[in-house]
Amino acid sequence: MAKIKDIELIKDGKRLDGREPLELREIEMKVGIIPNANGSAMVRFGKTMAVAAVYGPRLLLPKHLQESDRAIVQCRYNMAPFSSDERVKPGPSRREIEISKVVRQAVEPVLFLENYPKTTIDIFIEIIQADGSTRVASVNAASLALADAGVPMRDLVVALSGGKIDGTLILDLNGIEDNNSEADMPLAFTPNKKEITLLQMDGELKPEEIKRLMKEMFKAGEEIYKMQVKALKDRYSV
Amino acid sequence: MMRENGVREIAYPGQILGKKKDFLPGNGTFEDEGNIISKHLGILVRSGNYISVIPLSGVYVPRPGDHVIGIVTAVEKVGWVVDINSPWEAFLSLSEGVDEFIDLKRVLLNKYYDEGDVIYTQILSAKRGDIQLTMKGPAFKKLREGVLVKITPSKVPRLIGKEGSMINLIKEKTKTVIRVGQNGIVWISGEKVDKAIMAIKRIDEKSHIYGLTEEITRMLSD
Amino acid sequence: MRASYILKLIEKNERIDGRRLDEFRPISIEKDIIEKAEGSARVKLGKTDVIAGIKMEIETPFPDTPNEGVLKTNAEFAPIAHPEFVPGPPSEDATELARVVDRGIRESKSIDLEKLCLVEGEKVWGIFIDIHIINHDGNLIDASALASLAALTTAKIPKYEDGKIVRGEYVGKLPLLHMPINITVYKILGKYVLDLNREEEDVADAWLSIAVREDGYVCSMQKGGNKGLSLKNVDDMIDLAAQKSKELRKLL
Repeated sequence: MAKIKDIELIKDGKRLDGREPLELREIEMKVGIIPNANGSAMVRFGKTMAVAAVYGPRLLLPKHLQESDRAIVQCRYNMAPFSSDERVKPGPSRREIEISKVVRQAVEPVLFLENYPKTTIDIFIEIIQADGSTRVASVNAASLALADAGVPMRDLVVALSGGKIDGTLILDLNGIEDNNSEADMPLAFTPNKKEITLLQMDGELKPEEIKRLMKEMFKAGEEIYKMQVKALKDRYSV
Repeated sequence: MMRENGVREIAYPGQILGKKKDFLPGNGTFEDEGNIISKHLGILVRSGNYISVIPLSGVYVPRPGDHVIGIVTAVEKVGWVVDINSPWEAFLSLSEGVDEFIDLKRVLLNKYYDEGDVIYTQILSAKRGDIQLTMKGPAFKKLREGVLVKITPSKVPRLIGKEGSMINLIKEKTKTVIRVGQNGIVWISGEKVDKAIMAIKRIDEKSHIYGLTEEITRMLSD
Repeated sequence: MRASYILKLIEKNERIDGRRLDEFRPISIEKDIIEKAEGSARVKLGKTDVIAGIKMEIETPFPDTPNEGVLKTNAEFAPIAHPEFVPGPPSEDATELARVVDRGIRESKSIDLEKLCLVEGEKVWGIFIDIHIINHDGNLIDASALASLAALTTAKIPKYEDGKIVRGEYVGKLPLLHMPINITVYKILGKYVLDLNREEEDVADAWLSIAVREDGYVCSMQKGGNKGLSLKNVDDMIDLAAQKSKELRKLL
């Protein structure tokens, strides 16, 4: 999506889509949507929709990739060609390669990898529709998919984006905000011990703005956590 | 035990289930900073002071002594490679597979077990992804004919039932012989095989609800 | 075995080469070393050796910024640099490094891209920053960011006449507005350590790479490593990076 010159992203305290600065978009989560996968989940933040599938732990070939004492985690984040305003060419772009890495590192720390030596846990994420904050939607989906796959986990992982538009700190950037923001900061953390497993930022923020924004993000993250728990339990309702 | 809408209590990964000073951590849980925490999305079981979580999904992790059903995928010089529905391949060595003396120069190993053979076997050892099987023991043999069904390995105890009550119910009502591998592979042979498969699949899908035994009984009596 | 030795030292706030935890290795910066490039620099952090070259080409602008030049950053983990580097397309790490260095320069608005417009909507200058790792002994991001910035300070805009670039003749220096410095703070055994060499990197739990502008604004952050960081860790690491960036900036 394009940068728009002189766009007013906040007017009378409300964002373009009517939200308050710290208000999240409508969030939907569904677990167990791909029968072929060991685990799967869909997470939607407004128009942004990410689908994650976990295959594994399973045999890892070629052998030289195997770790003798634990599983490895492989992750691929991919945008469907029709997901964005402009068609996304199939094939991994540099952005998708980087996001694959940070999403993998966002969930790896909670997995009991030592239970599955010489195997791989494959996480595949497809962005079905992109309207800002796709990588954090992906982390939430991956967390749910891993739980659905029965991979032992120390905790779930919760993720959301934060940033600054027109001098105001905001949460959950949509596409137009993402492209025109003064700062964009995706964050993922574990709810129990509040350990940060994904943190990126681009833009211009003073250190104390970063600290303030992160505190708000941790608070909002609790709401996302409750939604993940509900989605997991709903998978096994009658 | 809390009955919420007929569903057993579900625990999720990271859920704090109790304090270490009050309870004992069972399967599917781990300890951290004095808390007993769930590792899985699964069924919460409180038994005496033990808190355990039975995962509702997950791959089969072999444990020595487990009885499993496997399929021979390759015949090698000194044994057989067996698929036991697990992230690791298993190996049945010559000495563990055959009792008699074999002259390797005159006999081909596929005389004993060939590619595609289904065997009821036991995990001998499972160290660091190296799984060894054994056929030593009267129970272990080739399974001929019959049909194979796959269920979630963690649901095998539910399929068997207390002292075999569930599996025996299915066997009686469908007049079948059934062998259940702890690796989630089930072998069925007999009269109403289709009905038995339906019941087994239903248990796999609905292990988290109460009244499953009644539902299965009704299903098999039609 | 080496790993446990390194950890034992860190526990005592010591390192294999005798440095303090927050001390950088000897830094050498050589500017303008490649005549054929429009800008260049070579940075060594201890044995880590990185060359950044700037090439300027005529490009079409992005549709939403028709009067701005374009910036592209690429990194090559050349096979000469380390036995683990293999020929082929950029690895995950090389891709990440290029994007992190790019972010620091782009988000800090260091380059006045509007001054690079030739024909609005049609022709603008494209600045290509190409990072070439010559020897890998750890802390590649900081070395690459420093080399890129040093190269930018030497960059000159070529003459553009009759629709052609006249290489070797220049019309002026590339307009640089800011000096962002990238500091990667690593966490080992709960302590913050800077400028890790290759062996030390293997035992790090996690890292946070932070680009700080001379006015104190943070313009880019990237967390890496497969363990988590606490909120306090992040606060401390930002403060340490801000403080250390002032030292490194003096070298340019």
